[in-house]
Amino acid sequence: MAFVELRHVTKRFGQVTAVDDLCLSIEKGECFSFLGPSGCGKTTTLRMVAGFEDLEEGEIEVGGKLISSSLKKYYLAPEKREFGMVFQAFAVWPHMTVFENVAFPLRIKGVARHEIESRTKHSLENTNLTKQAQLYPNELSGGEKQRIALARALAINPGLLLLDEPLSNLDPHLREEMRFEIKDLQRKYDFSIIYVTHDQAEAMALSDRIMVMRDGKTQQIDTPLNVYANPANKFVFGFIGLSNFIPVVPRDGKAVLESAPDAGQVSDSFPPEFAGAGRATVACRPAEVDLLPEGKGGLRGVIDRMAYLGETVDYIVTVGDVEIRIQKGRREPRFEAGMACSLAFPKPTWYE
Amino acid sequence: MNRTGKFGIAELLFVLSLLILIVIVALPVLLIFWTSFVVDGHFNLSAVVEVLTKPDTFEALKMSLLLAACVTVTCTAVGTLFAWLVTRTDMPFKETMKVLFTIPFMLPAFIGALAWKMLLSPRAGYINQFWMALFGTRTPLFNIYSFWGIVIIETMYLFPFVFIQVSGALERMDPTLEESARIAGAGLFTITRKITIPLILPAVVSGALLVCLYSLAHFGTPAILGTEVGIYTIPTKIYELIHQSAGSFTAIRAATVMSVILVLSAAVILYTQNRVVKSGRFQIIAGKSVRPTVLKLRGLRTPLFILCIVYLLVTVVMPTVTIFLVGLLKTYGLPLQLGNMTFENFYYVLFKWKLTKDAIFNSLYLSLGAALVTMVAGGIISYVLVKMKVRGKWFLEFLGMLPFSLPGTVIALGVILTWSGRFGINIYNTGWIIFVAYIARYMAFSLKSNSAALEQVHDSLVEASRASGATPWQSLRDVVIPLIRPGMIAAFFLIFLPALRELTTSVLLYGPTTRTIGVAIYTLNEDGETVYACALAGVALLLIVGGEILIKRFFEKKKRLDNGGA
Ligand SMILES: Nc1ncnc2c1ncn2[C@@H]1O[C@H](COP(=O)(O)OP(=O)(O)OP(=O)(O)O)[C@@H](O)[C@H]1O
Ligand SMILES: [Mg+2]
Repeated sequence: MAFVELRHVTKRFGQVTAVDDLCLSIEKGECFSFLGPSGCGKTTTLRMVAGFEDLEEGEIEVGGKLISSSLKKYYLAPEKREFGMVFQAFAVWPHMTVFENVAFPLRIKGVARHEIESRTKHSLENTNLTKQAQLYPNELSGGEKQRIALARALAINPGLLLLDEPLSNLDPHLREEMRFEIKDLQRKYDFSIIYVTHDQAEAMALSDRIMVMRDGKTQQIDTPLNVYANPANKFVFGFIGLSNFIPVVPRDGKAVLESAPDAGQVSDSFPPEFAGAGRATVACRPAEVDLLPEGKGGLRGVIDRMAYLGETVDYIVTVGDVEIRIQKGRREPRFEAGMACSLAFPKPTWYE
Repeated sequence: MNRTGKFGIAELLFVLSLLILIVIVALPVLLIFWTSFVVDGHFNLSAVVEVLTKPDTFEALKMSLLLAACVTVTCTAVGTLFAWLVTRTDMPFKETMKVLFTIPFMLPAFIGALAWKMLLSPRAGYINQFWMALFGTRTPLFNIYSFWGIVIIETMYLFPFVFIQVSGALERMDPTLEESARIAGAGLFTITRKITIPLILPAVVSGALLVCLYSLAHFGTPAILGTEVGIYTIPTKIYELIHQSAGSFTAIRAATVMSVILVLSAAVILYTQNRVVKSGRFQIIAGKSVRPTVLKLRGLRTPLFILCIVYLLVTVVMPTVTIFLVGLLKTYGLPLQLGNMTFENFYYVLFKWKLTKDAIFNSLYLSLGAALVTMVAGGIISYVLVKMKVRGKWFLEFLGMLPFSLPGTVIALGVILTWSGRFGINIYNTGWIIFVAYIARYMAFSLKSNSAALEQVHDSLVEASRASGATPWQSLRDVVIPLIRPGMIAAFFLIFLPALRELTTSVLLYGPTTRTIGVAIYTLNEDGETVYACALAGVALLLIVGGEILIKRFFEKKKRLDNGGA
């Protein structure tokens, strides 16, 4: 059995269903991310695991122990769950020094004095805060506050660490650094992580598995690679990485643009499952479109804009009233704005 | 900036601000200090000590401090409790309750004192009479003419200082600060003790100090409830000295010495308050709009809700109803029955009696005039303070701080010393002296509100206007003033409404035809014209409530416009 189990968890706030029938299991030592747009219920789910929110339906188990159950009306108090948690705004206590902040969970637990001393020192070493131990948080930078919050969350050696967009208040460089630090600590102490973010790159880099959410519902649970390569639906496809969605209709068994049927074909077949509807959407990544000289591919278009992005070159091609984004390496044949061109779609993904 | 002219617009404004502050504020204070410390042209400290050790001044000093201390403690307890209830528990109708708890602020404390006098004076008070009749006893339930009577009444009307500060802090406080303590294993009691209380302490202390300051300088309540039984505070003692002296120098000097004590205590309190507020360690504002976890009161929910309602009924509704009912009585002392009631008093007070008609008229034009002048003058001074780089600004800054620590009694005394002929101008016993005093008294409000507005206007906005070819004057007119207009209007109301109900200052300055509403109510009550005092107080309450509603409307509309525009 998995370390963390959420079974049919539902949470409503008045009319809004923030989390809708969510099922999920997380293994010991796994780093698991909740990914989704703002307001999709990530924080709410995390807070239910932490014990700050009751459940409308469902139950939660951690380490084989029931901690929340709507049916039994049983909720273990947050302070009894022995998790670590890092909040988005860090929530370090401004009236305590760095040392006191980190030592707080141990003091509450009633750990012996000398042990508090040594364990806190150890935590501070782990997070590179030894020099700042006697300072107050407001004298410190965002990254340092972040590390205090992390050290504090890890002080009692929790089995599960909950992180709610812990890096979103940091600048990009620091963010990357902290990402590695979290990973290092996890390797060292082997706790499980639930990581909430709306930044897909962060989720990809950090996690063993990702859950993509929308409007309180699970869209897909998979490894970062699979979420990118085999998105379960159009929403996931669009949310992860860059994407084109091209509306097509069938004509003579081929798929053509709805707005410019005479511009050529997007695909030489139209999937029978969408034939009944008479329309479909072709999804593709900008890098997966072939950009060819005029007359060489299936679909004729015009280069609208071209921009150098360092290693890649970014094109917008218009066909009828559809804009298609394409990215090519800088060593590939170059097209200029205004030129006519042809497009081919070797790896189309079909959605309704 | 115009570098060719030696005397540009900046210098002109600077000198103008300096003049206003010196004449209106600095000179009176200086004269108070001069009068108390300089006797026959010599610095004389032993004379000061002599005044302070005279039994009656010493008693007044002691009483003032004791009273302020007790009121501060009770207000802090009451204000913090209610603030916590309406922000952090699952009390019903929290939002409404939050608004209701600020209503006692609208009620002038001296009108409250008047009402409670009628309810709880030992013989004639309605509640005491009822009590004595009910139990057939001759001992009243509670004698309001007492130290504790004054403490209770002041607490009723001053606790919103603490309530507003603390509920604001509790609301703005990032709830994850408490949640991370819970996750760390701490229970509610530990969190309250180790996290919540230390974090809101600055707000509590700041509110408490405001109460302390207000109570020290407050005239109405101790005058109505204390004088009768020989309880004097500094402001009421000064009033007595001035009124009985008929210009005797010894009395004036005694009054100035006590004023010096008031100013110094006020300065200490404000300095401490400033330090507490600025202790920037406690930046606890929530980053994202997160909702605080609320404590479930469970079984205590209904009892505590009832407690709040009863508290409001007793402190707001009961006194207000009493004022209006007594105002309707044909003569004071008649039982409160419909047959004994008439609108005659209100009619008489509003349209017939010259004394009260004058008072209403005086209060209206004095507050309007003072509010307008102070709004504009405060705007100019704030502009110099916030935006300009001129030499010697620190002096202006110091003068600008001064009005904050001047209690109303002190201002009245200073104004008397300055404007009764010493410098060739004698406006004593005219409306002008009250007008000048109001400007000095409310300059602080105007400076605060205007500076806050000006600080929002970033320098680059003016620079952008200059870069577009506008002169400094045009930039001021077309960019700065439109942007700070809301701040100026706020300043206007912040002055107009309190001035309308002012008593502490005008009671020392009024002449035969220059009573204000506050003074008229107070003197009518003193003269035993209780029903007329109540009728006039009723009129005052209606004016105040009407004004408050108008402001609310104004600011709500403004807020909507702002949101719509953004
Ligand atoms: N205490 C609450 N009361 C009412 N509605 C709430 C409450 N908490 C969350 N919601 C609503 O539930 C939904 C999900 O909120 P949640 O905070 O979980 O989103 P999120 O995925 O964390 O978004 P973000 O990325 O912006 O943090 C939102 O529509 C939100 O408005
Ligand atoms: Mg969130």
